[in-house]
Amino acid sequence: MCQECGCSVSQNNVHIHHANGSMSVRPANSTSVDVLHGILSQNDHVAAHNSAHFHRYGVLAVNLMSSPGSGKTSLLEATIDVLRGKHRIAVIEGDLETENDAERIRAKGIPAVQITTGQTCHLDAQMVHDALHMLDLRVIDILFIENVGNLVCPAAFDLGQQANVALLAVTEGDDKPAKYPVMFRAADLVLLSKSDLLDVMGDFSPAKAEKHLRNLANPAAVLQVSARQAKTLAPWITWIEEQCAAARSAMASRSESEHVHLHHPVG
Amino acid sequence: MHELAICQSLLSKIAHIAAPYSGREVTEIVVAIGPLSGVEPQLLERAFSVARCGTIASQAMLIFEAVPVVVRCRGCKSETAVASNALLCGTCGTWQVELASGDEMVLKRVELADVAETAAE
Repeated sequence: MCQECGCSVSQNNVHIHHANGSMSVRPANSTSVDVLHGILSQNDHVAAHNSAHFHRYGVLAVNLMSSPGSGKTSLLEATIDVLRGKHRIAVIEGDLETENDAERIRAKGIPAVQITTGQTCHLDAQMVHDALHMLDLRVIDILFIENVGNLVCPAAFDLGQQANVALLAVTEGDDKPAKYPVMFRAADLVLLSKSDLLDVMGDFSPAKAEKHLRNLANPAAVLQVSARQAKTLAPWITWIEEQCAAARSAMASRSESEHVHLHHPVG
Repeated sequence: MHELAICQSLLSKIAHIAAPYSGREVTEIVVAIGPLSGVEPQLLERAFSVARCGTIASQAMLIFEAVPVVVRCRGCKSETAVASNALLCGTCGTWQVELASGDEMVLKRVELADVAETAAE
């Protein structure tokens, strides 16, 4: 970082930056345009569009994020087993390659759209938007978006979801929230997955994991879940059903206000 | 490594801003990237040096404005600069704080100059 004004101009460019001791040397015939635009405003625009679709149809969209191998797909399978018959579920799967995860979900009789991102390490709002064209939101209550396994990049891209859920397997370090603050700060719920292994993984402390999360000023609930022990899923299922009810009542109040609008045209 | 995707987003924004200034090219792009934005400035700079090729910003410099991580305490109302993974009030120590700055990913300014003039330099 530059010692004079605190900017982080690179060493390669420092000669131009400080030619006159000023912020920069502007050629006589130059124009300066002040903007102050979010760099990802295009993504945010599409995310808002996705969000509007979810609201219109009262769909709860949950963005599931974690490192690779934390058990996102296994948790989804176990969750589907509990919620099937009560709620209509669909899944969008994000992976660099293969349809494997989508096939696992389809084997449960649940519609799943696989997005293969190639070398892209995250899902963005446009990819989700394109995937939504392959789903009929009118017949879906809950849409799980399983992001690419990665604790860094997915955190930067809003998809239009109502909630971010971060998984942290007890086979990982309990200090992951301190190491990946951007991801865990964005989480609305943290699931300590593979909790059936807590006893054998003696060095993972759920209390420490929660402390690291609070150090990010995040009040999100921390739940222990194991896809292998259906009874551990109860608090997670309760959380989903509360969110689902909120999504539906938001839709109801929205259509009510549209109704009022129809009957009281401006002018 | 999502920095390339972010560069492409930045460059499409720049192309839009520069469109009314025909005969000029972009010489300088000033961005503010907070430590909690999820973007690594060094990686963004490296990605930018590739992504800018063949665009109106092919000669442009990318300048990063420093963004501190600052939290505002909900209790004692004080504002303190903190580390990215310790968002605790510097005065009373609580985590009941809100982020005042640190997660920005913002394009702040674009400098344009005459193509002929830039070439003559």
